[in-house]
Amino acid sequence: MNDLHYDETLDTKGLNCPMPVVKARKKIGELTEGQVLRIISTDRGSIKDFQGWAKIGKNVELLGQETVDEDGTELYLHFIQKTS
Amino acid sequence: MSVSDVTTPSGKVDINELMERLAAVEQRVESLEESQPDDMVALIVFSGDLDRVLAAFVIATGAAALGQEVSMFFTFWGLGVLKKESNLAGKGLFEKMMSIMSPSNSTQLPVSKMNYFGVGAKMLRQMMKDNNVSSLEEMIDMAREMGVKMLACEMSKDVMGIQDEELMDGLEPAGVAAFLGESLRSRTNLFI
Repeated sequence: MNDLHYDETLDTKGLNCPMPVVKARKKIGELTEGQVLRIISTDRGSIKDFQGWAKIGKNVELLGQETVDEDGTELYLHFIQKTS
Repeated sequence: MSVSDVTTPSGKVDINELMERLAAVEQRVESLEESQPDDMVALIVFSGDLDRVLAAFVIATGAAALGQEVSMFFTFWGLGVLKKESNLAGKGLFEKMMSIMSPSNSTQLPVSKMNYFGVGAKMLRQMMKDNNVSSLEEMIDMAREMGVKMLACEMSKDVMGIQDEELMDGLEPAGVAAFLGESLRSRTNLFI
């Protein structure tokens, strides 16, 4: 699937805008600096949403994004690192 | 050894003059930095239409998630979003009429188009549910949990005869200056 390392996973399958970002924000608060959160989403808009968050947010970096197919459903994976 | 001027390719430059100019530049940078907007978003929620209010809360929760400080200023019909109940006691005739004819809480809000006496609003709520979109009430809770500041306009509360007890707890009473205090420091200002 991928080589990107992550420490925690957040499942936001089925959730729509703005929930994936809102939940990810909460979850990232529980992580320590340097840790990576993998977010699984079914919301197509989440690709741009996480890019936007990484651009504006001061304590996160987007390490990568992937689209994988799970039994015919497209899953969008986002790897966000807490930088401070 | 004291140095009062430096030799540059374009000739000699007085170092004191340079220092003065540097100080002036520093001062300018400082005043420019002060006038830079903060990471804040300010929303005026004037409308009491379910669809418009939803848009407001999607933006508010989204902005809060992005690390922005968010304040929402509720005025006129927007106050209906913050109501928890309708209370008729102690109100004048017009105030009572206003109370009876307006939504008594957020679940009663109409939609801006195709409302058809509330059928449209019910339909929209069902369609949101079918599409896994959070309900307005969930978004309000989420916004409060994320520290979104909610200000209730005192003046429109008075005009519409809305009492404090009719509104949810934890709201900040505010006037135009309080809102402008937030709005002028914000990067984004929206009137909804």
